[in-house]
Amino acid sequence: MSQSSEQFGRFVEPSGNSKEYLTLHFSPSASARQERWQNYGLSADFLGDYFSNFFPGNQISDHELSQKDTIKSAVSFIANELLENSIKYSYDCAQFPITLSLYLYEERLIFRSVNCAEIAVAARFKQFIRDLLAAPDIDVLFTQQFEKTAAGSGESCMGLLTMICDYGVELSWKFQPIDRGKNTIQVDALAYLDLTKFDNQLFSN
Amino acid sequence: MKKIETEDYKAYFDPEASQVVLAGFLRLSGIDAYQPIMDLLLAAAEQTESCTVDLHELEFLNSSGISMLSMFVVRIRDSVTTKLSFVGSKKVLWQVRSLKNLKRLMPNLEITLL
Repeated sequence: MSQSSEQFGRFVEPSGNSKEYLTLHFSPSASARQERWQNYGLSADFLGDYFSNFFPGNQISDHELSQKDTIKSAVSFIANELLENSIKYSYDCAQFPITLSLYLYEERLIFRSVNCAEIAVAARFKQFIRDLLAAPDIDVLFTQQFEKTAAGSGESCMGLLTMICDYGVELSWKFQPIDRGKNTIQVDALAYLDLTKFDNQLFSN
Repeated sequence: MKKIETEDYKAYFDPEASQVVLAGFLRLSGIDAYQPIMDLLLAAAEQTESCTVDLHELEFLNSSGISMLSMFVVRIRDSVTTKLSFVGSKKVLWQVRSLKNLKRLMPNLEITLL
């Protein structure tokens, strides 16, 4: 069992020169998971609404959506998926809240979700990440996973693949042992959304 | 008319229009939670030779919901008897970005964004 931290992908911690950032904390044991689910969606929508306000509302070329509407929807989708993943795989221990942060920079948005997970759960997730990063063609992996999911064969990580393939997101992770719990590990996920690629990624069909 | 309605979303089958409508914000907590909507879609498809799923007012669908749609598409693809089409909106980003992926499963699927 490794006691050192492991990184996957280009994990670069958000720097202090963000134009704007927000962090939301969720206490896993505050109430039943199902009851809290709706609040998570509202939190993702809040981040979408808040950060879209920094972008212009006029339409871009012949597209139906303005940059503001696009940011709002993209942030809401990505934040919701990161939060859902954190909640699904987190280990319910009150001293480790789930956090979701969003940092605004001139050319990108960085999402960061942090939660703690059981080591065995994290190990399965790491294997998916290895497969993801080793895939010669992410589009082929997407189709394979989509077929598996459509056939009803269990966990698929389609949320992560959708972020990458449909929203142009770059993902990276850091896994760090937690001193206080031998069976748990901290999972730190970063999602980079490159704002300079709006025209050729977010709007292309 | 079979209808599921909550504060966040509604789903119903209109037999006269051979159309299932999903509208609102759908972010249920996993594929199991989508079973009632899946059942509604499958029941509708059984009752018509040509079924349209109207999504143009469905503003949000999480990845579990997209997975549910993929499962529905494969069930219809394998049954062969029903012609399936989706109608969406160019003003809803998830539809612009992700709806086309369903054609990976069923290349002759008709998807129209209005």
